[in-house]
Amino acid sequence: MAAQERPLSPHLQVYSPQITTVLSILHRATGVALAFGGFGLAAWLASAAGSAEAYETSRQLASAWYGQLVLFAFSFCLMYHLFNGLRHLAWDIGWGFEIPQFYKSGYAVIALAVLSTAGIWFAAMRGAA
Amino acid sequence: MNLRHPVAIARGLGSAKDGTGHWWNQRVTAVALALLTPWFVWFIVQYAGADQAGVHAAIGQPFNASLLLAFVLALFWHAKLGLQVVVEDYIHGWPEIALQLAIKFACALATIVSVIAIGRIVFSA
Repeated sequence: MAAQERPLSPHLQVYSPQITTVLSILHRATGVALAFGGFGLAAWLASAAGSAEAYETSRQLASAWYGQLVLFAFSFCLMYHLFNGLRHLAWDIGWGFEIPQFYKSGYAVIALAVLSTAGIWFAAMRGAA
Repeated sequence: MNLRHPVAIARGLGSAKDGTGHWWNQRVTAVALALLTPWFVWFIVQYAGADQAGVHAAIGQPFNASLLLAFVLALFWHAKLGLQVVVEDYIHGWPEIALQLAIKFACALATIVSVIAIGRIVFSA
C-alpha cells in the first residue's frame, strides 16, 4: 500500500507565538549554541595550556568587539539555559504544572536571565577597568 | 500475545536496552551543571582577560582545576545528550547518522582537549 502524503500537524507557521512555545524553542536553541560555546571553552583552555602566541591569539579574539559580542551572547544563553533548566527540573518533580504557574515561571526566567547577564558584564567591566 | 520474555519486562529496559538511561543522565548532568555554573561564571569573569601567567596560576590551584574538570566533563556529556535529541527530532536518514557521529566525536574530542589542557597547566604549576 502506497503511503499517502497527508498534512502533518501542528503547523508551526500558523500558530501565533506564545511564551510557553517561545521559551521552549529558546531552551533548545540556547542549548545548541552553548555546545559551541563549550567547544570555544576547550579551545581557550588548549591555548592557555599552549604557547604564548596561541594564548595571545585567543586573548585578542576574545577581547575584540566581535569576540565580546559572541561572549555576551554565550553568557545570556548560559543564564537563560540555566534558569529555564531549573524550571524543567522543577517540572520533572511535578512542580509548577498549572497554566498560570507556567506564565509566572516563564517571565521569572526571562527576568533572571536578563538581570544575571547584566550582573556578569557589570562585574567583568569593573574587573577590566 | 506478548512475545517479550518476562525477565525483559521485569528489567523494564525496552527494545533499545536503554530504558530511562538517557533521560536520567541528562538530568544528573543538568543538576551538576546547575551547581557548577555559578562557580564557573565567577571564575571565568575573573580570569577571562588575564595574562597567561595569571590563568596558569588560577587553574594551577587544585581546587579550581578540580571544579573546572568537573564542569567540562558534565558540560560535554550534557551537550552530547542534548544535541543527540535535537538531531533525532529534526534530521532523518543518512544525514542523521553522520551528524550523530560528528556530535559524539566532537564532544569526546573537546573533552579530551580540555582534560589535557587542564592537566598540563596543573602538572606544570
